[in-house]
Amino acid sequence: MTFLAVLRKELASYFVSPLFYVVAAVFLCLSGYYFYTDLIFFVTFGFGMSILENFWQLLLVDLRLVMLLSIPLLTMRLFAEEKKLGTIELLLTYPIRDGELFLAKFTACAAVLAILLAGTLLYPIYVYSLQPFPWVPLIAGYLGLFLLGLSFIACGLFVSSLTENQVVAGMATIGILLLCWILSWNEAATSPELLHVLVRLSMFDHFQGFARGTIDAQDLAYFLFFVSFFSFLTLRVLESRKWRGRR
Amino acid sequence: MIEIEHLSKYFGATCAVQDVSFTVKRGEVIGLLGPNGSGKTTIMRVLTGFFPPTAGRARVAGYDAAEQSLALRRRIGYLPENVVLYPDMRVRAFLEFCAAARRMGADRRRERIAAVIHDCGLSEVISRLIGTLSKGYRQRVGLAQALLHEPEVLILDEPTVGLDPRQIIEIRSLIRGLRGRTTVLLSTHILPEVSMTCERVVIIDRGRIVAEDTAEALTRRVEGENRTLVRVEGPLEDVRAVLSAVPGVERVEVADGVASGRTVECIAHSRSGEPVRKAIAAAVVGRGWGLIEVRPLALSLEDLFVRLVTEEEAAIDADHV
Repeated sequence: MTFLAVLRKELASYFVSPLFYVVAAVFLCLSGYYFYTDLIFFVTFGFGMSILENFWQLLLVDLRLVMLLSIPLLTMRLFAEEKKLGTIELLLTYPIRDGELFLAKFTACAAVLAILLAGTLLYPIYVYSLQPFPWVPLIAGYLGLFLLGLSFIACGLFVSSLTENQVVAGMATIGILLLCWILSWNEAATSPELLHVLVRLSMFDHFQGFARGTIDAQDLAYFLFFVSFFSFLTLRVLESRKWRGRR
Repeated sequence: MIEIEHLSKYFGATCAVQDVSFTVKRGEVIGLLGPNGSGKTTIMRVLTGFFPPTAGRARVAGYDAAEQSLALRRRIGYLPENVVLYPDMRVRAFLEFCAAARRMGADRRRERIAAVIHDCGLSEVISRLIGTLSKGYRQRVGLAQALLHEPEVLILDEPTVGLDPRQIIEIRSLIRGLRGRTTVLLSTHILPEVSMTCERVVIIDRGRIVAEDTAEALTRRVEGENRTLVRVEGPLEDVRAVLSAVPGVERVEVADGVASGRTVECIAHSRSGEPVRKAIAAAVVGRGWGLIEVRPLALSLEDLFVRLVTEEEAAIDADHV
C-alpha cells in the first residue's frame, strides 16, 4: 500500500519530466540506427547465414552501449533530487520503511526500462513480417538485456544515494559501469589468470550467453548477486543516518 | 506526550544540542523559541525519527524516537523548516500521495483531503503545480500534509515563516484551534508568536535550555522593566540629571548614536506599570528645553536572550564559587 503510493509517485515524476522523453527518444534513435546498420550489414554480407548469429546477436550486443548511456540518466535523480530538494526529510519522517522506499524507486525505474525495451520489440516484429525466423532465442536475449538493465539500475541507485548532485550521480554511474565493461578487454595488460577472474566479474561477459539465446544458471545467479549487492549497499546508505553522529 | 530526557546531538565535533530535557503533556501547545542555529530543528528532527540522538532519549506518544521510529512516525505530523515539496506535483496529487503513503482508506482519504483543503485555504490552488505556488501557499500545503491524518502530535518547524500578516493570523488561529485535541510543538524565533499561540515556552540558545515557562510568565519577565527613549534639545549632563530625578525612573543611560547638533538621546529605565512618560515630558518642558520625542521601547527577543543567557551564566558562576 505504502509501496504502491511511492511507486505511483515515482512513475508520475518520470512521465511529467522531459528527461524521460529525451532519454526515450535518444534510446530509440540509437537503437534504431544500430538496427538499420546491422540489418544492412547482414543483408549485404551475411545472406544465407544464420540470422540469429549474424544479426540478432550483433544487435543485442550493440544495445548494451545504448543502455549504458541512457540508464544512468534515469537513475541519477532518484535519491539525489530528493536530497537536493529536501523532500527526503519528508519521506523519511513518513511511516515508510527504507526497504519500501528503495523498492518503489527501483521498480519505477525498472518499469521505465521495460517500456524502453518494449519499444525495440518493433524490430523483430518488422523483420518477422518480412521473413519469418526462429524467434524463441530472442526471448533469452531480451531477458539478458533486462537483467543487465536491472544491474545498471541497482548500481545507479546506489551512487544516487551517495550524493545530492544529479550530474555527479549520473557521471559516476557511467564511469563505474564502463569500467566494469572494459575491465576484461585488454588481454595484454592482465595476466591470463587475472583475466579469467575479471571475465567472471564483468557483467557484460555474463550477458554474452543471453545474446546467444541461452539462459545459464550461472549468469542468472551473477545478475541476481550484482543487483542484491548494490541494493544492500543502498539500504545501508539510507540506514546510515541512524548511526551517524552516534557515540 | 513528548518526553525528552538529557538529549544531546553532535555532528562530528560540533555540538548542536546539549543535555536538553523537557516534557509536553497531551493536548498542550508548546513553543520552542530560540535564534537561528540554536538547535530547534535538530531537536525536531530527533523527535520525528529523522536521525537518532547522540545521547539521551526522546519519546513521542510512548514510542522511542530511535528504536520505534516507524510506529512513532505514524502518529506525528511534521512540517519541516524549509517546506520544499515536489515542484512537479499538483497540490491535489501531492495530498493524495501523502494520504496513500499513510495508508488511509478511500473514504477517509476523500474526507480528510477536503477538510485540510478547507482548513488551510487551498481551494484556489488545488490543481496548480506546487512549483508555481508562492511561499505562503507552499507553507500551507506543507501544513495540510502534516494535519492530513489528524496526528496525535504535530511538530511544526517555523510554521509562519514567509507568510503575509493575514495568513499568519489564519495559521495561528488554526493552531490555537487544535489546543486540547492535538499536542503541538512549534518552533519560532518570533516572540509575540509564542505568546499568541503557545501555553508554555522552552527557550533554547546554543543547544541548551535557558528558560522554560508559561507564555504569561515569560511576557511578564520581558515587561518587568520599561524603557523610555527621550530625545531632547539640551545640554547632555543636565538632561541626564533632570531625567534621573523624575519619580519612577530608576536609571538613565545615554543612547549610543547620540546627538546630532544639540539633541541628546537618553533611555530612562523604570519599573513596569509606573507611568513615567508624562512626568518626563513635564520635567523637560519645565526646564525650557525642546522635547523632540518620548517613546516607549519594546524589549526585543535579542534583549530577552541576552538577559536570560546572562542570568544563566551568572547562575553557573555562582554554582562554581
